[in-house]
Amino acid sequence: MATTYDIAIQQDAPEQGGLVPFVAVENVYKSFAEHRVLNGVTLRVNQGETLAVLGRSGTGKSVLLRLIIGLNTPDSGSIHIHGQDITGLALDRMGAIRKKMGFLFQHAALYDSLTVGGNVAFPLEHHRRDLSGPERSDRVRQLLAEVGMEGDIGKMPSDISGGMQKRVGLARALALEPEILLLDEPTAGLDPISSGEIDELILKLQRERQMASIVVTHDLHSARTIAGRLALLNEGNVVIEGTFEDLQQSDISFVREFLKQS
Amino acid sequence: MSDRGLTPAAGHTAPLAVRRTGLEFAVASSGARLFNGFFEWFGSLGIFSWGVLRAAVTPPYEWRELIRQLDEVGSKSFPLVAMAGAAIGVVISLEARYSLTRFGAKSMFPATLVYSVVQVMGPVITGLVVSGRVGAGMGAELASMKVTEQIDAIEASAINPYRLLAAPRILACILMLPLLTLATDACALLTGWFAQSLVEPLSFHQFITSGFNGATFNAFLPQTFKTAVYGFIIGLIACFEGMRTRGGAAGVGRAATNSVVLASLFLILADVVLVKFILVFFP
Repeated sequence: MATTYDIAIQQDAPEQGGLVPFVAVENVYKSFAEHRVLNGVTLRVNQGETLAVLGRSGTGKSVLLRLIIGLNTPDSGSIHIHGQDITGLALDRMGAIRKKMGFLFQHAALYDSLTVGGNVAFPLEHHRRDLSGPERSDRVRQLLAEVGMEGDIGKMPSDISGGMQKRVGLARALALEPEILLLDEPTAGLDPISSGEIDELILKLQRERQMASIVVTHDLHSARTIAGRLALLNEGNVVIEGTFEDLQQSDISFVREFLKQS
Repeated sequence: MSDRGLTPAAGHTAPLAVRRTGLEFAVASSGARLFNGFFEWFGSLGIFSWGVLRAAVTPPYEWRELIRQLDEVGSKSFPLVAMAGAAIGVVISLEARYSLTRFGAKSMFPATLVYSVVQVMGPVITGLVVSGRVGAGMGAELASMKVTEQIDAIEASAINPYRLLAAPRILACILMLPLLTLATDACALLTGWFAQSLVEPLSFHQFITSGFNGATFNAFLPQTFKTAVYGFIIGLIACFEGMRTRGGAAGVGRAATNSVVLASLFLILADVVLVKFILVFFP
């Protein structure tokens, strides 16, 4: 079991073997108007590792992901991607960093004027201009096949279910072969079978691609399935970080309460 | 003069004073909020404009999106501006004939119609019609994309949303407004002549020759091309309001309304400045 203090001590130590973590969030604070959402969060994720960020609704889990991909900027603290501080980077320079990241939005955020295939092709059309039309189409089919959606390539997002939209969102997030994958509530609002399928899909992709992944969820079962490490947020701070067993053995009342209610 | 209501009655000094102070405070704080909101809006618009300008002049250029927007703003607005122009032509024809006949200047009818349409009514009517159709459409479309996180998804895909969404829309408005104005003018002159010839036969050739007699490019070109500024205003306001929307369906509605109202208002205000500018530089 590790407390916040222990984690802070461990994370202040030099990286093991001199490896730079793929994602390093250092003492990040973020407020919206008078409401403080993140209160000094520190987290690190290495290659091939999956961290699940758990917590109650409104504790800043999604905000944390938005900060990592640069959709919001922290009030203080720093965020390093591959050792590069991205805090305050200009939009164009941030673009180069974002190409290394894939983001699955909570509600998939598919472009409603494009087909399923068009959504997956979108990042390729803008960043892989070296690909010919047929090559791009093949790549789109391959990505959709990976998420089990190859038969729906011509459908509009409004014609497919929420679970299928998340699969397409995942295929789009993987289009540029990211090294870092950020997943915002990948199983929220899905039935248990669809949730299980999404979890299996994420596990399969992680095994094949060895990405650094951060999964934000309040689904403890899903977090336990797909992540090797869990971090529990409360009131904008990491209460505990470790394996599921570490959380089970914790004496912290919030952790015990969270596990009991989940 | 009695100052009843302002002078506190005996025995009630403290509560009234408190009430007045409270009212003054409320008025002052609302005023300050309004003042701050006003400057905040313009500040945000300035930052947005700078972002769009930078995105518009640096590669890669979104040619395909620009062509799509040219069609959206130009071709699809054409029937509307043509109809508005046709109606304006008939109205000006009826009004002008009546007034000119009263003052014994009926021979001035073609020139009056041409100058009224090309210099005044055509540009403004085109601007207002496009502001209503395109401004509301763009504002609502972008706002809907914003509240469903589609704009965030574009940004997360390392694509500059200013470059992909705002710049082509604004540029399309700038390029299309002068062309649509020409269409409005043409329709208005055609129906104006037609309405006149129903009452008093006049050949179209004679009408045009007489209407444009002695006219110089300075009299018409600046008036037509000033609508590029209207296009800039319509596109900029619609994109700005759409892309900064918050608050679900209500936010989308608000963005569409604000786009139309503010674009129309700024368009008319800009016209005041542009008319003066044209009078000074293109006498």
